[in-house]
Amino acid sequence: MNVHTQIRRNDQPIYLDYQATTPLDPRVLEAMMPYFTHQFGNPHSRSHSYGWEAEEGVEKARAQVAKLVGADEKEVIFTSGATESNNLAIRGVAEFYKDRKNHIVTTVTEHKCVLDTCRHLEQQGFEVTYLPVQKNGLIDLDALRAAITDKTVVVSIMAVNNEIGVIQPLAEIGKICREKKVFFHTDAAQAAGKIPLDVEAMNIDLMSISGHKIYGPKGIGALYVRRKPRVRLVPLIVGGGQERGFRSGTLPTPLCVGLGEAAEIAMNEMDEEAKRLTKLQQRMLKGLQDRLPEIFVNGDLEHRIPGNLNISFAYVEGESLMMGIKNLAVSSGSACTSASLEPSYVLRALGVDEELAHTSLRIGLGRFTTEHEVDTAVDELVRHVKKLREMSPLWEMAQEGIDIKSIEWAAH
Amino acid sequence: MAYSDKLIDHYENPRNIGSLDKNSEDVGTGLVGAPACGDVMKLQIKVGPDGLIEDAKFKTFGCGSAIASSSLVTEWVKGKTIDEAETIKNTDIAKHLALPPVKIHCSVLAEDAIKAAIADYRSKVGKK
Ligand SMILES: Cc1ncc(COP(=O)(O)O)c(C=O)c1O
Ligand code: FES
Repeated sequence: MNVHTQIRRNDQPIYLDYQATTPLDPRVLEAMMPYFTHQFGNPHSRSHSYGWEAEEGVEKARAQVAKLVGADEKEVIFTSGATESNNLAIRGVAEFYKDRKNHIVTTVTEHKCVLDTCRHLEQQGFEVTYLPVQKNGLIDLDALRAAITDKTVVVSIMAVNNEIGVIQPLAEIGKICREKKVFFHTDAAQAAGKIPLDVEAMNIDLMSISGHKIYGPKGIGALYVRRKPRVRLVPLIVGGGQERGFRSGTLPTPLCVGLGEAAEIAMNEMDEEAKRLTKLQQRMLKGLQDRLPEIFVNGDLEHRIPGNLNISFAYVEGESLMMGIKNLAVSSGSACTSASLEPSYVLRALGVDEELAHTSLRIGLGRFTTEHEVDTAVDELVRHVKKLREMSPLWEMAQEGIDIKSIEWAAH
Repeated sequence: MAYSDKLIDHYENPRNIGSLDKNSEDVGTGLVGAPACGDVMKLQIKVGPDGLIEDAKFKTFGCGSAIASSSLVTEWVKGKTIDEAETIKNTDIAKHLALPPVKIHCSVLAEDAIKAAIADYRSKVGKK
């Protein structure tokens, strides 16, 4: 069977939401299968071959994950995903060092699981500095330097943003943290396997990884925890003392094996894949720009993973656009799609006008995206943006030369 | 979100898109919502000499429910007197389109738009 029909049935929309999740790579599934069937042993059982075989699978996977980020395998622990890794890293460190330090530095564009962890710690009495980002989505290194105090225990800055795909200057951040002797945690859910990461060269002390963002299974992730100099954590989950006591519970062998395999494939194919995706990203952007005026890319285009585009289609509300492009699975920063009815906080943090934030789509390209899919997507987008602009009173005003900012709208 | 067939039909085949001459004496224009909130509706009615609404047009920037609500309202007001049109309730729109709870405000906007268009028409003809 061809890989593409394995990934997507013909009656399904074209998947362009690779930052939300990725399909399992068939090679990963294959590696996992034996651990669902006859190699079902508990990897912590020491008294028979079932246990030993499962343990072997888990330890191989640990080494595969470690290698992807330049770590030692003893420094990798398995978790249920990046959400848990982020919680464990930030809460774990904050708790452990709380007698001496009480301050955390992060950014306003972090994933909700980092922001909510920080909010939780604020309620416990910790202080948190939320660094703003510049118009391109990147932090200002001088602002970071200025934010760190002698009470700071950890700096948590994501490697790649999930909405706009921008890559933070990790090596520079790591250097500053090391100089100031604070721990550096990075949420690399969107970065691992996509861009080269090296915990040594980048002075990273803690790093969160997610399986389902790298063509591995859902429900598994990893946390890199540096051993030299040693980072100590208070665990979130206690019990049998597995994972060096950082995370108790029987490891899900098939999921660990899947994460390991996914990491190895990503490492081997990273360069090729990045080249291919860069071409597709450029093809998509050029195709849209050639045929549609007044579209704007949100976030830096240079410092960005090639699998992401985030575009505002001015004068066209995002949810209505998504309803039109039924054959494309994308996501939107529009308020109308969110339960809170607030537009994307990430776009707002870049200083994107609220009205433009409502018109944004996130388009995620990935391993199984084809040129043909990109071309089909461009055609659909162009068709529906044009149709909806014809229906848009704002587009009409813009064509008549009326500045919509000059009108006094009754905000509601 | 799963939308009703009626809603999808109005979204895919919107009725009465377009604009009427806003300077014309027999045209009332309502412009409601705000771009920063993600929804703007322009709804226009043209009232004939017999006092009946003979034409209605809309343009909407907003979600699918907002587009469908405004499309539906233009259909409903045609052939009605402005007094009759004024009695259209957002709950009728929401019920007809089976709007999910988070989308009720989109139907409120459509009700506001028709009221605003009627008010504009009345201010033009100078009657109450
Ligand atoms: C940047 C980032 N961090 C964390 C997460 C959460 O990852 P997981 O689904 O593995 O818990 C995600 C995915 O939604 C993400 O994009
Ligand atoms: S216009 Fe925003 S939810 Fe309908």
